[in-house]
Amino acid sequence: MAKFNKPKSLTDAVFHYCPGCTHGIVHRLVAEAIDELGIEGKTIGVAPVGCSVMAYNYFTCDMIQAAHGRAPAVATGVKRSLPDHIVFTYQGDGDLASIGLCETVSAAARGENITVIFINNAIYGMTGGQMAPTSLIGQVTQTSPYGRDAATQGMPIKISELLATLEAPSYITRVTVNNVKNVRNAKAAIKKAFQNQVEGKGFSLVEVVSNCPTNWGMTPEKSLQWIDTHMLPYYPLGVYKDKDAEDKNNG
Amino acid sequence: MSEKVLMKGNEAIAEAAILAGCRHYFGYPITPQTEIAAYMAKKMPKINGTFLQAESEIAAINMVYGVASTGKRVMTSSSSPGIALKCEGISYLAGADLPALIVNVQRGGPGLGGIQPSQSDYHLATKGPGHGDFHVLCFAPASVQEMADLTAHAFECAEKYRMPSMLLADGTLGQMMEPVVLPKPSDAGKYDNSWAVTGTNNERKHNIINSLYLSPAELEKLNFERYERYEQIKKDEPMWEEYLMDDAEICVVSYGITARISRNAVDEARKQGIKVGMIRPITVWPFPVEPLKKAADKVERFICVELNMGQMKDDIELAIHCKKPVDLCIRTGGMLPSPDEVLAVIKK
Amino acid sequence: MLIFKEELCKGCGLCVSACPKKILQLSKTRLNSKGHAPVEVTDPDACISCAFCATMCPDCVITIE
Repeated sequence: MAKFNKPKSLTDAVFHYCPGCTHGIVHRLVAEAIDELGIEGKTIGVAPVGCSVMAYNYFTCDMIQAAHGRAPAVATGVKRSLPDHIVFTYQGDGDLASIGLCETVSAAARGENITVIFINNAIYGMTGGQMAPTSLIGQVTQTSPYGRDAATQGMPIKISELLATLEAPSYITRVTVNNVKNVRNAKAAIKKAFQNQVEGKGFSLVEVVSNCPTNWGMTPEKSLQWIDTHMLPYYPLGVYKDKDAEDKNNG
Repeated sequence: MSEKVLMKGNEAIAEAAILAGCRHYFGYPITPQTEIAAYMAKKMPKINGTFLQAESEIAAINMVYGVASTGKRVMTSSSSPGIALKCEGISYLAGADLPALIVNVQRGGPGLGGIQPSQSDYHLATKGPGHGDFHVLCFAPASVQEMADLTAHAFECAEKYRMPSMLLADGTLGQMMEPVVLPKPSDAGKYDNSWAVTGTNNERKHNIINSLYLSPAELEKLNFERYERYEQIKKDEPMWEEYLMDDAEICVVSYGITARISRNAVDEARKQGIKVGMIRPITVWPFPVEPLKKAADKVERFICVELNMGQMKDDIELAIHCKKPVDLCIRTGGMLPSPDEVLAVIKK
Repeated sequence: MLIFKEELCKGCGLCVSACPKKILQLSKTRLNSKGHAPVEVTDPDACISCAFCATMCPDCVITIE
């Protein structure tokens, strides 16, 4: 009896991600959640544009590849067409927080009953390491070679905090996957975000603070430490909105 | 449903779409097509359908992409500036081989242009509204009746060829009221849609809706396959109407609202003894090449009547291999030519 | 028992630093067909099957039976 095995909801395709990229961990957590909820056969995933553009190759459920930033709109169409199915998007920070910000906020504001997995690694990975809407102040990227300057490039967007100001979303949380404990917490959050949809609770988003060893220019191990030292101070972990908890408190 | 009802063109499109089994509509307000959205907003909730006012035209077309991925009939409507925004999504629909209906009730451009009728999206619609090598099936109704009939037909063709269809109307047709016999109810499902994402139900390998092909050879192969399909469409799907062409020495070519104006001008010219006829493209892609080619051997000249700077002229010249001159009778900016203006070019 | 699908390993080392018993290392003598130095266990008997390594592995290399 295996104590730890690859989840059924992942295909046999080999991830194309760089060594040490936490996309692989989050893919596995999503697949584990799907397995545990027994929803593989009625789940439809929507892949973004970015490093995870080919996520459609990795999940065994039906998959759609969406235009850059439009995954929440595509997912909305799917969910309206198949309301009894489980629909999730998997998006990076360029996709969700920059070009697709309007679709993100609007789907959240509608309380669309979908699950959004948001990978925030503060950089555009696929195109070779440009500044993202979530890049930190001072962060050196290909398009902020002198470090992100607040005066000219503004402040990084805190998506979880932003979306938590909306009335409609059911669950908004920020997690990370830089150590075993955090991976387990991330798993619980992702599972809850799917469970919410199964129960018809509406829009759930899990922001996963992630790494990009290649474009951050550090070893995988270092990049996980950098999450602790640089990312989490600006992007604090925590539950930013949870209607379940609110209901309990009010009840 | 065989009795005549009096309807606005925009409403006829909406009702015809519902009769064609379309239960999902996504749109964003823009003049002069808003009646379609308003009609859908009223009707869809009562028939267990979806009406959703999207946050933008871009979102609307991507919601269409989502429903189309599930193999169901779905539509959006907009007007010229909004269609420009949808072009990204239309390209993705084409690239993923998804059927859907896009209605363009055209207004004047470029830029914000005006809100009066226009046909200035002819190039955009017929050459491929978006990036990459592709076409959409493009229908140009000239009456409220045709708006209804072509809506049903456009859904059917989109599914047959697995590609987007566009209904290319204009502000006048959209706002015009005419008696119409609504088409018989129909539905999707005539053509194979085993490609759709409907959940694997743990019974089959996953379906993937996608337009990304990183292997150049694979992408090229798919483009060639798509264009083979287009060649078949060019053979089988052109639609047109010929009017008084048997003995014509002059051939007016016009579609949509300008075809109706031109028809009056042709009638008046005939009264004055001028042998003029008209070919009215009903599909503008595929363009009805054959009747024009035939006419090129008989008539002395052609007249292209349009609400743009003469965008269809290129297609006419290509169809007739430049054998005869093509004169223009054009108005833009929301202006319509009078029958007398068309007559003046006929008599030139 | 730890089982490595060695061909999937990209040699990122996240499992190595996650192991509380410090019994994992990237091979110093072998490369897999993709050119990565794959993970190997130095003292299998010391493994407590905590699955920390598998939890941190981005590439589903590790199965624990």
